[in-house]
Parts: sequence; structure tokens; C-alpha cells
Amino acid sequence: MNSKEINKIYFGDVDTLNIFRHNRRDFIKKLGGGLIIIFTIGKYKAFAMEDEAEDNNEELDFNAYIRIREDGKVECYTGKIEMGQGITTSLAQVLAEELEVTLDSVEMIMGDTDLCPYDAGTWGSLTTRFFDPILRAAAVEARMELIKLAAAQMKVPENELKTEAGTVVKILDNSIKISYGALTKGKKIVKTINKPPIFKKINEYKQVGNPINATNAKLKVTGQAKYAGDIQLPDMLYASISRPSAHGSKLLSVDSIKAEAIEGVKIIIIDDLVAALHTNPTVAMKAQQAIKTTWSTPEVLANDETIFKYLVQNAVETSIVEEKGNLTTGFNEADYAAEFEYHDGYKSHAPMETHSATVQFDGDKLIIWASTQTPFGTRQELSRKLDMPLEKVHVKQVLLGGGFGGKIYGNQIVEAALLAKKAGVPVQLAWTRKEEFMYNMFRPAAVMQIKAGVKNDGKISAWKYQIYCAGSRGVNDFYGITNLRSALYDKKNIHPFGVGAWRAPGNNSTTFARESHIDILADKIGMDPLELRLKNISDAKMERTLRLAAKTFGYTSAKTGINKGCGIALGVDAGTYVALISEVEVDPESGVVTPLRMVCAQDMGQVVNPHGATVQTEGGLTMGLGYALYEDIQFNGGEVKTHNFHNYEITRFSVTPAIESVFVEDMESPPQGGGEPAIICVGGAIANAVFHASGARVHQMPITPERILKALKK
Amino acid sequence: MKEKIKFSLNGRPIELETDTSQTLLWVIRTELGLTGTKHGCSIGFCGTCTILVDGIAERSCSLTVKKIEGKNVTTIEGLAQDGKLHPVQESFIRHDAQQCGFCTPGMIMNAVGLLNTIPNPSHKQIINGMNDNLCRCGSYNSITKAIESAAQEMKGGNKL
Repeated sequence: MNSKEINKIYFGDVDTLNIFRHNRRDFIKKLGGGLIIIFTIGKYKAFAMEDEAEDNNEELDFNAYIRIREDGKVECYTGKIEMGQGITTSLAQVLAEELEVTLDSVEMIMGDTDLCPYDAGTWGSLTTRFFDPILRAAAVEARMELIKLAAAQMKVPENELKTEAGTVVKILDNSIKISYGALTKGKKIVKTINKPPIFKKINEYKQVGNPINATNAKLKVTGQAKYAGDIQLPDMLYASISRPSAHGSKLLSVDSIKAEAIEGVKIIIIDDLVAALHTNPTVAMKAQQAIKTTWSTPEVLANDETIFKYLVQNAVETSIVEEKGNLTTGFNEADYAAEFEYHDGYKSHAPMETHSATVQFDGDKLIIWASTQTPFGTRQELSRKLDMPLEKVHVKQVLLGGGFGGKIYGNQIVEAALLAKKAGVPVQLAWTRKEEFMYNMFRPAAVMQIKAGVKNDGKISAWKYQIYCAGSRGVNDFYGITNLRSALYDKKNIHPFGVGAWRAPGNNSTTFARESHIDILADKIGMDPLELRLKNISDAKMERTLRLAAKTFGYTSAKTGINKGCGIALGVDAGTYVALISEVEVDPESGVVTPLRMVCAQDMGQVVNPHGATVQTEGGLTMGLGYALYEDIQFNGGEVKTHNFHNYEITRFSVTPAIESVFVEDMESPPQGGGEPAIICVGGAIANAVFHASGARVHQMPITPERILKALKK
Repeated sequence: MKEKIKFSLNGRPIELETDTSQTLLWVIRTELGLTGTKHGCSIGFCGTCTILVDGIAERSCSLTVKKIEGKNVTTIEGLAQDGKLHPVQESFIRHDAQQCGFCTPGMIMNAVGLLNTIPNPSHKQIINGMNDNLCRCGSYNSITKAIESAAQEMKGGNKL
């Protein structure tokens, strides 16, 4: 991947020139003494392989920085945010490793737009893949610089010095040493990464590869951790907003006389934004309920049952992901062919923390604490919407109560800021759970049509794949199919409400379809689904990942007992290979599925924090059971009928099975994504397990008892 | 309607003049300024707002202030004693039983309430007792292990 591609992933369509220009010198000016290394994601050559075109934009040379303070503490400033994925810990770990300092001397300063340089956002399992290598390089640069400084001060040649635990030490005489903090002697030294770093050898690692518990756990178990809604400011008003029942509705009338009569209530109306505000959130809510609003009724184009047909009828072919060989030849070679359509309904991110924001105007500055995965995008949007200079908008660091892609979008922040501007006092807006379900940027409903042919020997000879509204992520073939065509269909504004990125976007839907279909082919020719997969897989990494999963699971056959079966699903996401085997029991009377066991093998290259990776894997698999078995947004046109957890079932304690997570040992390969990949295989593995347990083949997620019973009757 | 109410919060006597028809959740978070107790769903379905009333786990979003007159309320902030974390808190850290941490205060309070009622719970009793607390990050297995381990350590003691 070259720097342009990395920049594209990282910065999207953002006008980077404009963003970087204004702040580089400012950041450095604000810092005290010490050694500062500034660095960027995209430019650095050693990581931007095949990169020929040198980027001459100096401002791009600045995506994050580390500072070794005079007291020996190490600060890492990055625009990334922490939402439970554990990068506060894993980034500190790699920095401590290459810099040779203790983990507790590292402080991560994240997502503050005044303190940290621009970052496009925390999503797509990008942090470890792209930020981690450059952070390590910066640490190596810092360590080299510190040795250089020490050599001059100690009057010892550089090659007679080594570093350990925050000090530079003479190799032959341990008593001669000087701490990192003392080396800069009150000066501020600013460096960039100039040459390819020489990293530590794997066998020299002291920290990377060690399982380490999250470093911020104590704050979370004592209630001290601060989220956007925990910020309380003098004179702050809580806002409660009047909402229409459907997306696409326009405000027709407002009658707020009754609400205004409530003591201390402020009513603000800005276009379609109608809100009641009060120092007491309960009163604000009551006042809002006293406001009478009428809204236009938008046209209903589809509901949760008709949506799949609607998508197929209205989407158009947008691109071809992959095309190989000749489909006609492939189907002619096949002994059996199978053609099915797979459906996946809309899902909500449903983070436990609803979208929240606390906003304060301080003189000519706007200060924001918000649950957002994109602090810098938020800054830009507010600057535009409120017509303020970028540098006057300051998004501060808070923790996020879950993101999963849903907090890339921050409409609550714009609403809170507009209200605060008009109110003239700080405003807090925390969406209610109903608003959270209504204004979620949903995982889109998707349709996958697959026609495939297989030979009696198990070789898949043809694969015709049409994907509606799920995108291309993870779609590339790893089964070595010679005749194949995978095409995408979509259309702008085809969905009845906003949709967006949901933990491994698109890959959950398409992996479910592909892996279900693979099992159907195996069943057609009476071959074991593991055997058929091994026979076709053309990617060595995928093969070893599957073999590890099968061995760990102790796989012998797909049928594991009376009403019990296990299902396999494979996939690739964010550079990581995933193989999941799930075992379930299906009650033939009620159709209820009880997950019994999940074994997940992954090849994610070097695993920085095996413990953190395991936590992310278990989390992804647990969350994934929800979309596979329960989660479904009910709607009629723009009216979202799912309002709260009473009609949106997510995974709970009682259905979470034993989970085993194993990793292919691959310390020499660069680290890949960890937050998203494991979740992609849950739908396919559960669908296949349900089939082997009960004989019911369900082509639609969630795989509900009703759908299982219906499939059994066929 | 405003009226005077007395209760104990984290061992401290509280006297408030407030609208007692409000939910305890918002009074704790705003008037009393303790934000460790989280708002999740407002209908008692997610458990993020769980607190203890006389040692029993309750949903503070579904409890009016009126109902706690004269009672002892404990929130996540009041669990540690003299700077020493409660065994359940310690165990959550040890088992890394939190990811985003938002459901964590409710999980811990519900677990403490569970152990107050059933000091030596079986695995099944823990699952049943915790089942109405939701965690979107999917830390259930770690949380279960943390509670089992804390229960063993407490051996029926350390009641709150």
C-alpha cells in the first residue's frame, strides 16, 4: 500500500493542506522542554512500500508526536480515541517497547483537537495496522537521539551505550548512566523521522507480546471515568428535543405555550430543531413532552419485510469487485449448482452510552466534550455549521461508552452546539434510548444473490455473486474459484434512513451469505464442509488459520449430537484471517437456538497484546451472536418502530457460550486489525451450525426461531 | 412537587428538598453530582443505572426518590471503603471485565447486590442474577469469571 492509498484511507476527502497548515507550530509552541518527535502516518517510506512519489507537503509530516519530558515521563499525543478497544494500552505498550521505558511512564493524550494533531477518526481497525508502525519508528528515532545526546554529554562513543528503563547506560559499566529526562537540559529539541528505523528483534521484546490488562480499568470500576454526559458545568441546561415519528418528516407547526409556562424552561426553535431546556433534565423532558408539534408524513417506500425486494429492484450495479475465468464454462463443468438469495436486516450499533455531548461557549471559543469517533471531523463540522474559525473550536478528550462505527457520525453535537449558542449557557444533550434507535446510522439491510457450481470432487467451478448494499469489504475470493464474478449494487439514498459503518462494515452480511452457500454446496455433494473448504482454499494463511480452528475445536463432523451441530465460517477483515467454529443446540419444537461453544482462530500477524486481542475477539463474537440470532430493526418507511432494548434483543449473559480464542503464531508479520475481524464469521457459523443441528437452512438474519421452524416445515 | 426527603448516600446523611417524583438516577447524577451511575435506557431494561438500596440491587431509573426515604443508597462511588476497592471491583480489574466501561458501574453494583443475597452463587445463579444487565462490548464471560472469583475471595463475607 503506498502513501497515497494510506492517506486516502486515513484522511478520505478531507482537505489535509488546510488542516495541517494552521496548527503545526502552535502545538510545539505550547509544549515545555524535552525531546519531541513528530511523525505522520502516510509519508514514512519504510512503511509505505512501493512508494515512489515523495510527498513534498511538509505539513503532512505531522500526524502525531511523542514527547520525552524532563521528568522522564513520556507523552504520546494522537487524535485517536478510546472506546473500549484498548489502544490506550496497546499503543503505550509498543511505544514503551521501542523507547525502552516502563509502561507506567507512558501517558496517552488522545482525541483533544487543541493538543493533538489531526486524525481522520478511529475506525476500520486502522490504529494497530497503520499508526502502530510509525509510532514504533518515532520511538526508535527518539531512542537514537537520546543516545546521541548522552554520548556527547558523557563523552562516550555512541556504540558503547545502550538504553534500558528510561536511562542511557554505558555497556561496560552499569554505574555510568543518565536518565532520558535529564538529557535535554531544559532545551526543547524537535526531530522528525529521517531514516528507516532499526527495530528491536522479536526475541528482544520485553513488553510487546505480553498479555497486559487495560491500563485505565481502575477509573472504570470506581465510576470516576468521564464520558461526555458526565461533564457538569455551572448554569448548564439539559436539552430535550421534540422528534417526529419518521425520518424525512418536516415540521409543520409548534405550540409551546404549555411548556413555556413551566418555571425555568427555555424553549428554542431553530428550523426543525425544537427543544426544551432546563437545569433539571427531568423537567426539560417533561417540558418537551408538553410541546405540541405536527410533522409532515413522508411517503412509505418499504418496510422491514418488503425492503429486500425493494433494494433489489432499485439498486444499480456500481462496480465489479472481482472477475475471473468464464461463468458459463464454470457452470458447464459443475455437477451441481445451487442458487439462493440471502437477506440481512438493519442493525443498530446500540452502544450502552447513547450519543451525548456537552457544549460550552467560552468567550469566542467553543468547547465540546462529545462521544465521537471523529473529534477532528466534529471540529470541522461545527466550524462550518456555526461559522467559526477551526482553531476556535476545541473538542476535548472523553471516553466513549462504545462506538462500533456508530459514533463516527455526531449529529447530537451539532444539535447541542446550536442550542448552546442560542441559549447563551452551556448545554448538555444526551439522546434518549429511543432517539438513539431512531437516529442511529444503521448497518444497512443487504441482499446477497449467489449462484455457484461444484464438481463431485468438491472443487467449486463457478461463483456468480451479486451484492446489494453491503459493499466490497472482505468479498475477494480465497477459495481459488476459477470462474467467478462478484458485483456490487447500490444507490444513493436507497435506504429509508441513514446508514453507516457497523463493526466490519458489510463483511458481516457477505460472510454470512458466502459461508452459508459453501456449506450448501458441500451438502449437495455429500462432502464434509471442513473438507470442502480445505479442498478449495487457495490462500496459505487462510488454510493454516482454518486448520488451527479445527484442531482447537477438535472437529470431527458437523453433526455433534442429537439436535446439536457445529458450523464453520471463514473470512478476511482488516488484514486479519478469521476461522470460526460454533456449536449450537436447536430445540426442534420451539426453534430456539442455544449457542454451546465458539472457537475462533485468527491470523492477525504480530499480536501486540495477546490479552487485549483476546478481549476484542470475545467481545466481537459475543456481540455477533446478537446480529446472527436476535437483532432486527422494525420499521415502516422512515418510521423506526424499534425504540428500546425491550424490542431490540442483544446478546446477554444467558446465551453467551464458552469462547476460545487462538492466534496463528506470526510474530514476524506486521500487526493487523483486531477490533473488528472476529465478528464477521458469527452469522455464517451460526447459520451452518443451525443447519447441522436441526436441518433448517435459514437464508436470512437474524436466524429467529420462527424462521427455523418455517425452514423445517419445507 | 417539592418536598423534603432524608436518606443515606454512600454512608453520608442526605437531606434534600426536591421533586420526589423524579427518578433517583437523575437526582444522583445532577443534584448530588455523582455521575458514576449511568443512564442507559430509562426503562429498567439495561442495568447501567443499577445501585444498591439497603444492599439490594435496584434500577435507579425506575425508582422515584420518594421510595428511598430513610433508606441506605450505595452507588459505585461508595463501594470502596477507606480507599480500598471492593473485592468485586478488584476482581473486575484483574479479569479485565470491562471494555468501554459504560455498563461497568451497573454490572458491579448488580454483582455486589447478587452476592449480598446469595453469598456463594453457583455459575447458573450468577448468569440468572446478571442476565438483565447488558454489555454491548461483549464482556459477559470475563464478568462472570470476575464475579465467581470475587465470590470465592469474599467467602460469604464483606457484606454491604
